[in-house]
Amino acid sequence: MREITYAEAIREALRQEMVRDESVFLIGEDVGRYGGAFGVSYGLVDEFGEERVRDTPISEAGIAGAATGAALVGMRPVAEIMFMDLTTIAMDQLVNQAAKLRFMFGGKAKVPLVLRTPGGSGTGAAAHHSQSLEALFVHIPGLKVVMPSTPYDAKGLLLSSIRDDNPVIFVEHKLLYKMKGPVPEDDYTIPLGVADVKRPGRDLTIVATSIMVPRALEAAETLAQEGIEVEVVDPRTLKPLDDGIIVESVIKTGRALIAHEACKTGGVGAEIAARIAESEAFDYLDAPIKRLAGLDIPVPYNRNLERHMVPQVENIVAAARELVG
Amino acid sequence: MDLERDLCVDMLSTMHKIRLFEETVDDLFARGLVHGTMHLSIGQEASAVGSVFALRAEDYILSTHRGHGHCIAKGADINLMMAEFLGKETGYCRGRGGSMHIADMQGRNLGANGVVGGGIPLAVGVGLSLHMRATGEVVMCFFGDGAANQGAFHEALNMTAIWRLPVVYVCENNQYGMSMSTQRAFNIDRVSQRADSYGMAGVTVDGNDIVAVYDAASEAVGRARSGGGPTLVECMTYRWKGHSKSDQELYRTKEEIEAWKRKDPIKMFRELLVSEGTLDEEEFASIEEEASRTIAAALEFAKSSPEPDADTILEGVYA
Repeated sequence: MREITYAEAIREALRQEMVRDESVFLIGEDVGRYGGAFGVSYGLVDEFGEERVRDTPISEAGIAGAATGAALVGMRPVAEIMFMDLTTIAMDQLVNQAAKLRFMFGGKAKVPLVLRTPGGSGTGAAAHHSQSLEALFVHIPGLKVVMPSTPYDAKGLLLSSIRDDNPVIFVEHKLLYKMKGPVPEDDYTIPLGVADVKRPGRDLTIVATSIMVPRALEAAETLAQEGIEVEVVDPRTLKPLDDGIIVESVIKTGRALIAHEACKTGGVGAEIAARIAESEAFDYLDAPIKRLAGLDIPVPYNRNLERHMVPQVENIVAAARELVG
Repeated sequence: MDLERDLCVDMLSTMHKIRLFEETVDDLFARGLVHGTMHLSIGQEASAVGSVFALRAEDYILSTHRGHGHCIAKGADINLMMAEFLGKETGYCRGRGGSMHIADMQGRNLGANGVVGGGIPLAVGVGLSLHMRATGEVVMCFFGDGAANQGAFHEALNMTAIWRLPVVYVCENNQYGMSMSTQRAFNIDRVSQRADSYGMAGVTVDGNDIVAVYDAASEAVGRARSGGGPTLVECMTYRWKGHSKSDQELYRTKEEIEAWKRKDPIKMFRELLVSEGTLDEEEFASIEEEASRTIAAALEFAKSSPEPDADTILEGVYA
């Protein structure tokens, strides 16, 4: 199968869905000629024109409101917020409007929108352009939260997200944009709410999200040389969360390590740990559940500090040895 | 005045229904029969009716927390409104929304909104959808003077203006955002002055004069429908009742309230209709009787409707 990057996979999903469905359009800052700050929508304006690849002023609340209003009356907008940190400016429209309208209106409205936004550190962009805020959205009833870790998943999950009749927060990662992987050229979907076992193993389950998935897979290679067989599970969708596959894996391995980039306190790792502890897997645990997550600080600028804030391959290896040993 | 007689009857009748609906729910609250609070628009009926009557049935509205008038003017079934008000399963929102979130999707009322100014950015999207699909429809977005100082107001009006979307913004300036008077909250005389800074048309009218409101709204709707872009219409009006049910009225005087009551929009319209020979006292009586019958029937419907079943509590979160 041909290999393309994560950014190209997202662009291909956008392009294919815009061809297939006239109600799909892109809206966001510099998504047109510029191609988006990370080039994800590059070239789409040439194919679809400025009406359907719509540049906006720097108005995040306006973008989220425009997407929500358009979704309410017949369109399927895909909005882009340039950095996940800036979704905070759009919060009223996302949390109070997009997420709640259907319920408040007695189930008589639908809001089929996708809000794409890149989170994550590692680019030296410091505290206003690096945060991972997925847990904020996971906490909001009415929203779905998707966080792909591979080009294949990014395309299939984005197509599902656009076709979903609910508001979906689609969290990309800046460091994954250039990562290559096999992606079918045709149109395929990956259902929301289904986790994926990225590597099978018997000794330890690592539940990893986004950038932590390739890091966990790299750690698993090292650990395999030491005779430790790690199973890597990627939830792919944080809401709804597929706890079935996670619980099944922990029952098999008896050990659970959860790795995510976002700050530890109140992060999705806490939710995943609680789901494991509340399940029948609890009786199978041979060691306490362990979380590896970002330190509870804003993202620092300095290269060493920035790296130190977030779990790296060596941290995953060390934590796994500790759990299994 | 050169409005058709039938239109005048319809507008007056709608104003009476709004007034009586709100007096009735006010009474229900006083008797402890209502769960939650409410925001009454008594005194502002001309602003709601004059604006909405400039629309066609297929046009949309976005309403506010003080939205009973907009909803009735847009043609809502008052039975379903009253049932929603009492939190019943038969209500517009199956009792999940209440007074502050009544929406009538079929009637193209995209809902009252509990967030001050929360509907203003939504209007950008609704207008964008109508524009992209070339439906020829328009959306009218209501908000109060308080909402005009929300940051999202700025983002939304600018976006609507640069894309020339079919949106009519109606600012119902009732002089107070809760207790904060417009004198204290603005350093300009009129909210409509802001239209100029976005490059859109803006006008301020006497919001208690239904003919003035209707004329201004009709011009704005015509502009929006013909591709001329958005308008900011400001209706100067006044709410007779407090902001909500917790209001102790510590920020305004009885004299001020009485002065505005002398400018009762219903009384003003009736006087005009008499002076023009359009309607007589007998016809007024029949309009009032019809309003009474409608509200009484709605109350009966709502009271006899079932409460939502707790087993259905999770429904409607996701599609």
